[in-house]
Amino acid sequence: MKETILLLALTFFMIAIALLLYRVIVGPSMPDRAIALDTIGVNLISAIAVVSIVLSTKAFLEAILILGILAFIGTIAFSKYIERGVIVDRKGDS
Amino acid sequence: MTVKEILEWAAVLLVLFGSIISVISAFGLIKLPDVYTRSHAATKSSTLAVLSCLLGAFIYFWSHDGYVSIRLILGIIFVFITAPVAGHLVCRAAYRSRVPLAENSGEDELKAVLFDGDIAAVTTEAMTKEEPEKQ
Repeated sequence: MKETILLLALTFFMIAIALLLYRVIVGPSMPDRAIALDTIGVNLISAIAVVSIVLSTKAFLEAILILGILAFIGTIAFSKYIERGVIVDRKGDS
Repeated sequence: MTVKEILEWAAVLLVLFGSIISVISAFGLIKLPDVYTRSHAATKSSTLAVLSCLLGAFIYFWSHDGYVSIRLILGIIFVFITAPVAGHLVCRAAYRSRVPLAENSGEDELKAVLFDGDIAAVTTEAMTKEEPEKQ
């Protein structure tokens, strides 16, 4: 029973990711895509947590931290690129 | 039912609650009209979803294996701190790159401050400030 509920939750997360992929592909502007990619990363984090419960292993818990950090840095870089046109700007350069 | 079983059921139900909230948040991202309203769905409800899901995983490992996972606590704190920051930055970038608001949204008070007239003064001030630094 618990197994079934966990697999159902995993299915819900996958449905959410599929809906967000629609927004990534169609999204009328670039910030839409950035927001949808950030939310996909957050949903992947929780999907990994559910997978590690189902397989009853602790090996995936590092992947949660790393995926969180990567999603955050990716969103920051994306929004900075949208705002200024560059990602890394040095003072006194250019 | 022992305490262990009750805790495991609570963890599983927390995970299920998180997944349902996540689907609702994805529907919000599909249905809402523009970037600024979509970011509400993307940051608030999605953060609630991932927090309850990670809390469920934490409680499950705690009750099932007697294992207090520091990594899951760190993940919860990290997501809780960074999701609002990322949402704010994307919204700021969207407004500054002039993504239009939805048709039926109300008054836009930031536009007069940011784009009409004042923008010239601000940019010239910034340029004169940067000029001696360059040479």
